[in-house]
Amino acid sequence: MAYPPQYRYTKEHEWIDVKGDVATIGITDYAQHELGDVVFVELPKVGAKTATGKSFGTVESVKAVSEIYAPAAGEVLEANSVLQNKPETINTDPHGAAWLIKIKLANPAEISGLMNAAAYEAFIADKAKETSA
Amino acid sequence: MESVTSPAITELRKTPLNALHRRLGAKMVNFGGWDMPVEYPSSGGLIAEHKAVRSSVGVFDVSHMGDIRIRSGKVPGGALAAVQHISMNDASLLAIGQAHYSAMLYPEGTFVDDVIVHRLGPDDYLVVINAGTREKDISWVRQNTREFDCMVEDLSDTYTQLAIQGPRALDVVQKLTDANFTGIKNYWFTHGTVCGLKNTLIARTGYTGEDGFEIYVPGDRATSEAVWAKVIEAGREFGIVPCGLGARNTLRLEAKMALYGHEISDKINVWEAGLDRYCKMEKGDFIGRAALERAKAAGLTRTLVGLEMVDRGIARDEYRVCNEAGQPVGVVTSGSPSPTLSKNIALAYVPPALSAIGTSLFVEIRAQKCKARVVPTPFYKRAKKAAAPQGTKPD
Repeated sequence: MAYPPQYRYTKEHEWIDVKGDVATIGITDYAQHELGDVVFVELPKVGAKTATGKSFGTVESVKAVSEIYAPAAGEVLEANSVLQNKPETINTDPHGAAWLIKIKLANPAEISGLMNAAAYEAFIADKAKETSA
Repeated sequence: MESVTSPAITELRKTPLNALHRRLGAKMVNFGGWDMPVEYPSSGGLIAEHKAVRSSVGVFDVSHMGDIRIRSGKVPGGALAAVQHISMNDASLLAIGQAHYSAMLYPEGTFVDDVIVHRLGPDDYLVVINAGTREKDISWVRQNTREFDCMVEDLSDTYTQLAIQGPRALDVVQKLTDANFTGIKNYWFTHGTVCGLKNTLIARTGYTGEDGFEIYVPGDRATSEAVWAKVIEAGREFGIVPCGLGARNTLRLEAKMALYGHEISDKINVWEAGLDRYCKMEKGDFIGRAALERAKAAGLTRTLVGLEMVDRGIARDEYRVCNEAGQPVGVVTSGSPSPTLSKNIALAYVPPALSAIGTSLFVEIRAQKCKARVVPTPFYKRAKKAAAPQGTKPD
């Protein structure tokens, strides 16, 4: 699956799509693949604050619980209600329909510290080498 | 995203099929020191693997399991006496060709390991043990059988063990062997030529709650890969898929089969685990018996129950269980979504007073108390074969 060039990416495998001071956040295709079948998603309420690098929710596969870390600080504007009944959307459309939350960015400038798509693809290619070694 | 599962440690042990799993693109995990496939994206992943076993057939590499052979020395009966001493079920009841579930116990009545004992011959037993407890088990058996006239042999690395499981497992296995399975019921075994390998042990055993077989073939890589390929080929018409430890765990949990380190351990005794029916106190003395007698007289302080989540949320291993007042009363030993039931289920130790079916309990999930209720177990039981037509005598 292609990594959208307009997104930015974290080492913990979240993506963030910034439009003005509003950002949409999700997890990457690599992340969903590592997790396996997603069966449960827990997201923050509207109005909750996210802090950069801090957990804002969890995604659970059959076998494991994974924390999701905020790529940026802000206030939650919307959580994706589709995922409550269709958590498996994360496996099928992680970069699109399975976005997790939208936030109003506290400091849009901090996004520049994240990886672009090319850098992220290189990052996960390195990880793949590690695990097959 | 960061996985909560433990990081890999170096020098993991590998089964003879390790390279094949990697070629198939399996996701590998460290399971008790073994580098094992947890799921195969090429099979459709854990849930698809689980459903294949419930509806048709799947194949698992379970070569990490250990095998201990115990044979009599000069005097007949030495092996039986040794097996009786170190395990809680009554091996004197086993016919040749029969196996049973049992456990080796510490003098405290707690678990060294749970095992399957096969009676291969008049004075010949094969004890199948868990992967994570191999070394401990083997030294335990050696130490505790010294006073008996028997020979103990560790055959763990001799065999590749494949589990072929599901309602179509018989169809698949029958295509690979000349062995006749008439009369080979659940927990019986036979020997036959499998994929050209003479005298192969074929046991009607498994860890999934379905019908199925476990076959024991020579543990070299070439043979192991050839047999695997033939199983896949034979199973193609039934939609067979390779299955990993992830599905193995959800399948066994639905069937309420114990997992060492979870439902059973060196801290938990037989009565607490609810394995009474496999513990034959009347057979004579065995390691752990005296403590179990005392434990029975003292009464239970905790018992294993099945839970079904009422609130949203998945109970996981080691999560706390609380009563209605919010006080911690127990702990989850295994918890997962159930692919068959589409519910979130768990096994947990709770006080007997809170173990009645229907009791409301709460599982602490990330500081939130989520409602659960005690339900009958096993969570899943396979349907009996279709009833005989009217007028015919049921067998």
